[in-house]
Amino acid sequence: MSNGRLRWRKFVSNFMLAMTGVCAFVSVLVLFFILGYLLFNGGTSINWDFFTKLPKPVGEAGGGMANAIVGSGKILLLASLMGVPIGFLGGIYLAEFSGKGMASVVRYAADLLNGVPSIVIGIFAYSLVVLPFKHFSALAGAFALGMMMIPITLRSTEEFLKSVPRMLREAAMALGASKWKTIVTVIVPAAYRGIMTAILLALARVAGETAPLLFTAFGNRFESHGWSQPTATLPVMIYTYAVSPYDDWHRQAWAAGLVLLGLVLIINILARTILSRGIAVPRS
Amino acid sequence: MATTTTTLKGAGPVSGSRSFFLKLRDGDEIARLVTLVFATTVVLITAALVWELWINSALPRQKFGFHFFVTSVWDPIMDQFGALPFIYGTMVTSAVALLVAVPLGIGAAIFLAELAPPRVSDTLQFFIDLLAAVPSVIYGLLGVFIVVPLMRTVIYPALNKPFGYLPIFKGPSYGVGFMTAGIVLAIMVIPYIISVSREVLLSVPRDQREAALALGSTRWESTWKVVVPFAKTGIMGSIFLALARALGETMAVTMVIGNTPKIAASLFAPGYSIAAVIANEFTEATGELYLQSLIALGLVLFLLTFILNGLARILIVVTTQKGSEAGG
Repeated sequence: MSNGRLRWRKFVSNFMLAMTGVCAFVSVLVLFFILGYLLFNGGTSINWDFFTKLPKPVGEAGGGMANAIVGSGKILLLASLMGVPIGFLGGIYLAEFSGKGMASVVRYAADLLNGVPSIVIGIFAYSLVVLPFKHFSALAGAFALGMMMIPITLRSTEEFLKSVPRMLREAAMALGASKWKTIVTVIVPAAYRGIMTAILLALARVAGETAPLLFTAFGNRFESHGWSQPTATLPVMIYTYAVSPYDDWHRQAWAAGLVLLGLVLIINILARTILSRGIAVPRS
Repeated sequence: MATTTTTLKGAGPVSGSRSFFLKLRDGDEIARLVTLVFATTVVLITAALVWELWINSALPRQKFGFHFFVTSVWDPIMDQFGALPFIYGTMVTSAVALLVAVPLGIGAAIFLAELAPPRVSDTLQFFIDLLAAVPSVIYGLLGVFIVVPLMRTVIYPALNKPFGYLPIFKGPSYGVGFMTAGIVLAIMVIPYIISVSREVLLSVPRDQREAALALGSTRWESTWKVVVPFAKTGIMGSIFLALARALGETMAVTMVIGNTPKIAASLFAPGYSIAAVIANEFTEATGELYLQSLIALGLVLFLLTFILNGLARILIVVTTQKGSEAGG
């Protein structure tokens, strides 16, 4: 009797533990499924034209997304120029200069901003940039994405600066360096890899964002010059092409999906290797 | 903000003015002020976001008041706007997503934290992190071309034949709908549940497991009856986090939910969600009331995620602290 009970308990234990393994396996499998499917569908539809040609008018086959690739690059560059300095310098303030009160306000604001759904960020950029200028623009799209980069950069800069060993600080101070000199020449270089990783991860995250660009950068079937015109981006192109009824557009959506996913995953892997190869910065 | 101005004023006009400029020459004070400006920018931007959402949704607040949330007519031509179908759609899709994602995610987290050797666990976690980085429009793309046909040809017949008498499985299926959106959302939030739950489970002190094992429990019993209850609040936190993410998700849902502002009991029926309606109609919103109604929906979404994220953070912090106290 008790022997049977024990056997039953052991069976339950093994069964449930095996099930958790299945759960983990299935979850990871999804990634490889996504990768494989995109490689297959995107790989067969990608060609040189995709990178070099403009979209063709509806109904004509062929053409590419050169304008969207350039547009995404432009917007990501401008977004980084807006988001990274604010996040980085704000992070330095939090880690090095702030008193308790102000720091918690900034931290709270950053966490709040981090949790805001991206579509709501889009609304904000629309009412702050698009409405006053009266048209959609690369600038508005970059503003939206830049805002999304701020909290990630800010919080990780703070984390990594704080994790720099106290001894380094004290050594620099003992040599007579002022506080800001210590920060610039000792502390930031020591935390450099961690901060770089965070910035790259932030970039990878916003590179795939679509929702905040729908009504800020909007889209464009042609090349857009300067910063104040509606601009095509890869994610928005994927969206428009995927929900369209044309087969040729679907084909291009797959190609664009492959390029975008490849880009995002490569940045991610790169960022994580930078961190792991670096001088071990003790976390927290 | 307040503290800054007082420091400056205090240092300015009175005897401290010289020492203030001395400090400036030193550089430290300049560095502090410059970084302070950037830190303040973050607060200002966040405040501006809330302010803009509030100001720009004044019209529907005045015109409809609370009725905005409980009426289901969405008619831009007659200037009638009710948010109920969208709120309903957001809630139903998120509920489906959690029903699928929570068991899978927690199961996987248990495996990663309790069973897998550290090296395997770290490798799998690396893939999970990559999965979390996949852009939502990619999930939408796969949703449109894989999940939608799958729903029509496999899942719908499998559920409709035996359970078709239940209202939630009744009616025809077009492939797109609440269920499809829910499944795509589930796949998207699983990595969040896994990552956070794993962290929380790993923070449970070793003694807890060893005590349970020493009392003669099997490995599963020690996990399920001791470790998981210990980490319960943190796991709840991870679920709230996933819920907040599911509520705010736009692209993947927009592409597979069917975009029909109707409230239907059937999970196979097409619907609409808050984020999806903003994404679809924002650029075509003619008329101030129409646009402001959409912004009001954005405000609702913002408040929901704000509350959920706050709760999640508290729960996670409480658990990990409990772990380090009991462990140390």
